[in-house]
Amino acid sequence: MTVNGLLQIAIFLTVVGLLAKPLGNYIALVYDAKISGLSRLERLIYRICGVHAEEEMSWRTYASAVIVFSVAGFAVVFLLQLFQGFLPLNPQGFKGVSFDSSFNTAVSFVTNTNWQGYGGEATMSYLTQMMGLCVQNFLSAATGMAIMVALIRGFTRRNSKTIGNFWLDITHTILYILLPLSILLAIALVSQGVIQNFNAYRSVPLMQPLTYNDSSITQQVLPGGPAASQVAIKQLGTNGGGFFNTNSAHPYENPTPLSNFLELLAIILIPASLCYTFGSMVGDKRQGRTLLAAMLIIFIPLLMFCYYSEMQDIGSAGNMEGKEARFGVVNSALWATATAATSNGSVDSMHDSFTPLGGLVPLLLIQLGEVVFGGVGSGIYGILAFAIVTVFVSGLMIGRTPEYLGKKIEAFEMQMATLVILIPCSVVLVGTAIAVATDSGTAGVANPGAHGFSEILYAFSSTANNNGSAFGGLSVNTPFYNTILGVSMLIGRFGVIIPILMMAGALADKKHVPVSSGTLPTHGLLFILFLTSMIIIVGGLTFFPALTLGPIAEHLKSIK
Amino acid sequence: MRKTKQNLFRWPLIRIAIIESFTKLNPRYQIRNPVMFVVEVGSTLTTALLVYSFFVPIGESTSFTLQVCLWLWFTLIFANFAESMAEGRGKAQAETLRSSRKDIQAKKLTTSSRDSKITYIASSKLKVGDYVLVEAGDTIPSDGEVIEGIASVNESAVTGESAPVIRESGGDRSAVTGGTMVISDWLVIVITANPGETFMDKMISMVEGAKRQKTPNEIALNTLLSGLTLVFLLATVTIVPFSIFSAKVSAQGTPVTITIVTALLVCLIPTTIGGLLSAIGIAGMDRMIQANVIAMSGKAVEAAGDVDVLLLDKTGTITFGNRQATEFIPALGMDVKTLADAAQISSLADETPEGRSIVVLAKETYGIRERDIRAIGAKFVPFSANTRMSGVDFQDGRQIRKGAADAVDEYVQKQGGTFPNGIKKAVESIAREGGTPLVVAEGKRVLGAIRLKDVVKGGIKERFAQLRRMGIKTVMITGDNQLTAAAVAADAGVDDFLAQATPEAKLKLIRQYQAGGKLVAMTGDGTNDAPALAQADVAVAMNTGTQAAKEAGNMVDLDSNPTKLIEIVEIGKQLLMTRGTLTTFSVANDIAKYFAILPAAFLSIYPELSVLNIMHLSTPQNAILSAVIFNALIIIALIPLALKGIKYRPLGADILLRNNLLIYGLGGLITPFIGIKLIDTLIGEFLL
Amino acid sequence: MIRTSITILIVFTIITGLIYPLAITGIVQLLFPFQANGSIIVKNGQAVGSALIGQPFSEPKYFWGRPSATTPYPYNASLSSGSNLRKNIKVADIPVDLMTASGSGLDPHISPAAAKYQVQRVAKSIGIDESKVYALVDTYTQQRQLGVLGEPVVNVLKLNLALIEEEKNRIKK
Repeated sequence: MTVNGLLQIAIFLTVVGLLAKPLGNYIALVYDAKISGLSRLERLIYRICGVHAEEEMSWRTYASAVIVFSVAGFAVVFLLQLFQGFLPLNPQGFKGVSFDSSFNTAVSFVTNTNWQGYGGEATMSYLTQMMGLCVQNFLSAATGMAIMVALIRGFTRRNSKTIGNFWLDITHTILYILLPLSILLAIALVSQGVIQNFNAYRSVPLMQPLTYNDSSITQQVLPGGPAASQVAIKQLGTNGGGFFNTNSAHPYENPTPLSNFLELLAIILIPASLCYTFGSMVGDKRQGRTLLAAMLIIFIPLLMFCYYSEMQDIGSAGNMEGKEARFGVVNSALWATATAATSNGSVDSMHDSFTPLGGLVPLLLIQLGEVVFGGVGSGIYGILAFAIVTVFVSGLMIGRTPEYLGKKIEAFEMQMATLVILIPCSVVLVGTAIAVATDSGTAGVANPGAHGFSEILYAFSSTANNNGSAFGGLSVNTPFYNTILGVSMLIGRFGVIIPILMMAGALADKKHVPVSSGTLPTHGLLFILFLTSMIIIVGGLTFFPALTLGPIAEHLKSIK
Repeated sequence: MRKTKQNLFRWPLIRIAIIESFTKLNPRYQIRNPVMFVVEVGSTLTTALLVYSFFVPIGESTSFTLQVCLWLWFTLIFANFAESMAEGRGKAQAETLRSSRKDIQAKKLTTSSRDSKITYIASSKLKVGDYVLVEAGDTIPSDGEVIEGIASVNESAVTGESAPVIRESGGDRSAVTGGTMVISDWLVIVITANPGETFMDKMISMVEGAKRQKTPNEIALNTLLSGLTLVFLLATVTIVPFSIFSAKVSAQGTPVTITIVTALLVCLIPTTIGGLLSAIGIAGMDRMIQANVIAMSGKAVEAAGDVDVLLLDKTGTITFGNRQATEFIPALGMDVKTLADAAQISSLADETPEGRSIVVLAKETYGIRERDIRAIGAKFVPFSANTRMSGVDFQDGRQIRKGAADAVDEYVQKQGGTFPNGIKKAVESIAREGGTPLVVAEGKRVLGAIRLKDVVKGGIKERFAQLRRMGIKTVMITGDNQLTAAAVAADAGVDDFLAQATPEAKLKLIRQYQAGGKLVAMTGDGTNDAPALAQADVAVAMNTGTQAAKEAGNMVDLDSNPTKLIEIVEIGKQLLMTRGTLTTFSVANDIAKYFAILPAAFLSIYPELSVLNIMHLSTPQNAILSAVIFNALIIIALIPLALKGIKYRPLGADILLRNNLLIYGLGGLITPFIGIKLIDTLIGEFLL
Repeated sequence: MIRTSITILIVFTIITGLIYPLAITGIVQLLFPFQANGSIIVKNGQAVGSALIGQPFSEPKYFWGRPSATTPYPYNASLSSGSNLRKNIKVADIPVDLMTASGSGLDPHISPAAAKYQVQRVAKSIGIDESKVYALVDTYTQQRQLGVLGEPVVNVLKLNLALIEEEKNRIKK
């Protein structure tokens, strides 16, 4: 680890720290409907769509709206891919995407996973990218944030049958949060060299032609496309689906250390800010800071461990395999940790080429359930499930039926919280088991030994937790993987969202329990530590055997 | 049900418990507890594997399979044993109760009149609304309400108290309980419970635990435990394909066997808490019974731990129930000793607690000894509604009177005296400070005033301070006026009070607190308490109270001790805490078990994993066996804790959590490392 | 609800899928046309490559970039592709970035150390003074951005283009 490396980490964390609070408070204002700068546009949208702004939804209606809206979004992305060959804005004349890959990609973008079984610049037309993928980058992120807000309303409302209006929540999210930030970021990224055009791919001469299969290659084909606008929202919305195959390692997607810094900031900024939003909305800022502290307690040591592990390779530069020279090890480790923590899933280096322990860090962070920052919205509702379990156990430990944010935590909340934690874990384990036990599953493994196992484990961890990053060595663009990973993403997303909304409904309906000195404070160091232990223990205990057979065995073998 | 301390581990109880540990292996019984059911399935599986291994080699030694198999069954049996131990004492009590519920011949009356025709009918045939005559020597056939007569009744069958109590029609002493015995006189009662629903029936089923339903927190905890079990089930079962794949890619070693997977599974799932969960619940109810409180449901016990507000009757709970003399205030120019002397003389024959307290105060502060009233030639004039005074008449014509200020005022004026201004002021100030003033006069001379005051029980203030730290608010309920109530409230250190309380005001207050999200506990005995008892979340009815009160409440205090409420709260909290801490302990244990079993399980595939054997356990088989043995033995080791409950100390929530996390969280982390290592060493010693 | 879902989807597809990318394109084509169109290096009116996309070099007279994992041949910019397995490197004296494939397969940079490591070979192969080549490497070394961000790098294509210029100048003289 170098001084400059540590300095870059410190600068990054400081900037996140400085921006998270004001942005978080701003977002809280948005959801409390106190921002109405564009209210004419908003009203126009509602009029066109027949949305009644004053209408409130029960959890059932809210959940139905989420599902119907996601299904419609899925259909659009799916059809755009299948029929892109017949549609405009396709200068390269890409044919329609295969059925299973279209399914996988459509699910992937609708579930905010943005797992990529395809290579963007060789598969997707500009139209598919912008009107399919880019749109879902906005919508799936907005959906996650809407669900978070619905859950927060569950805590703040008393004896209420409703938890808000989904249409209003996504409209507010897009118009006042995601779109303005994306515009700023997109322009900044282009200034650094991220491309944004509608040109056909252009050929440039190779300075030194090369021979391949006895033919001489004299030209290099440089891709084009509206990349910056998509990259901006891909980072801000913890989507992570790259415009190009190698995602943010691609120089056209992430050309300089500064663009890297900005994208990295965009990855973590909203998830971190939402802690403050949460605190502000529940009327107790300490609650938000508690969540943030718990996240940082897990994030920072793992980040340091990842950086340290990547530097433990021969040569002073550390392990540069799969990393870009301009970013170096520190920015690659920082990115890997941040993208895994936030369920973003974009990469600026290849996690598959990390040292076994360096690669363990993103894998573990994903397996912890995407609650260390997590996806926009989904991170907060995920960690709240853990907080509820923590509150429950600690409530019992002090001899009191637990309450969280003034709501009694009872059997139903425990059932839902348990489901939220259980479902992604189960999908990872069962999916990996199916893959290693079947020929179609093991056929995709190119790399030997324990590393091959890690690749499969990573694929299921990433999809079931809606992260989307990959250990690239696994060939996943096959009917088997496209289907099973697609299903895993669906269960990982909706298997969590529905219990969360059910819980939001149940909580909103409860009365409020006032705080007394017998109430366990859900802020402060003790609670933070218990919450972090709970997250680590549940994740750790679930995946310890699998991790042992994957990265840990690989590491121990490599040091022998 | 005698209130004696019983040893938890008496041999007859243990003997029954051992037998039941085996009969409870019935899968239909185990399925109620998902964690232990998984253990049973695992044990059955390894047993089948063991039998199979006699015929076909399964790639591991039969003795290893046998040992794992045995210890898995032990795990189950130990958990059953814990539950049976907890149930045992209740069963014994139920037996005693049942013996007093024998079917008897009841004297059924055709009408409510004692003189109506008597038909003999089995007590088990009595229905609600039947009239029954019970006479001296009869056992009361069923629960009822006295409508005529007065009798002394021995209720020891229910309360364990041998002193007979009076039961009479009307008022708060009209309820009788089936199974108790009339000692003198007779009663006509109307039956208030159908067969099988009597108080005694309910008690029997409660102490037996037969009707024990899972409480809300227990259900929530069960959800969590089932969730963990499912996760670990997946985490361990998937090891099979994972290890097959790994053995293939590493080109060495053998996949993990079913025995090892089962062993790992049983070690990881929260068997410690899962096995002890029902024992903890039963033991909680049992502790209530030890405190002579019958809870009508486990839910009520649990709710007791959650109570935010205690409504306490002033009289009997906070104060001694009687006013006591605390000060003599002489009139201007009078000697205080003269006043004390006269006050004592006038009270000598006054057997009311107030009167006694005056005698005692005079003796204690001024050393005036008690005298025999006849010896000094005086005659006691008892209190009458007419004069509103009491006192003595001496043979020499002297008269001492004591009574309310206005009565004494009238008395001295009639004799041509005047009521001194100083005393008038003193009287006002006593009343203002919440006391009751009495004035003493001799003839036309006013000697002075006596301050009578509600005396707060010793130590009660500290008790309330404790409750406050626990987050519980105390509210005093009294029929006194605002002034008096405020003074007593300040003395006792309660958080709030309700003066001039009527049943309606009480009910309103409870609803008010509940609307604010608080759980309210109260005690009550009278029929007029019934609505409030029904409304309160934890309602303790006094056993001496009316049937209506007992039915409205969800607990009955056999001792009829209003202070019991505090004890009840502590038992409730203890119950929750025992569950919480053992859950934490159970889960924290898993880390060590992983370190024992995983390196052993994967050693043949990746020999490098021996680095993870941080306990340096002797052999892979011993490592797995040690973990399984530890897992079984820890259940036995924790039975006393489960039955006695975690000690509750009234500390703030965060301190309590910190302490318990340190003891059971950190302790749960470290203990198995030591335990497993120890067992491994012992196995090594014995086998070598 | 289905009707609302569909209309909302259409409205936002228009806003975020059409207006937004088009507006951004319009703005940046005005503000940063060079970057927006791929940072194409133009020499004598001819595009010679992108400043951001590396090219394959293997002749001794050129500086070599990093190994590339793109298929079917290295530095195939029409399908970027990263490496998927760390190699156990045993030799310590070769700069590590010269032995490891980049993340994109199109990395235009090498470390200054990796450039200097090649100076001797390049100088010898084209027959110019080593010090001149060193100077050239120094000129084309980009320091950390804003003084702290990233790592110092040398753009291989630009360095090689400069090298050719240098050689031409030498021949002219």
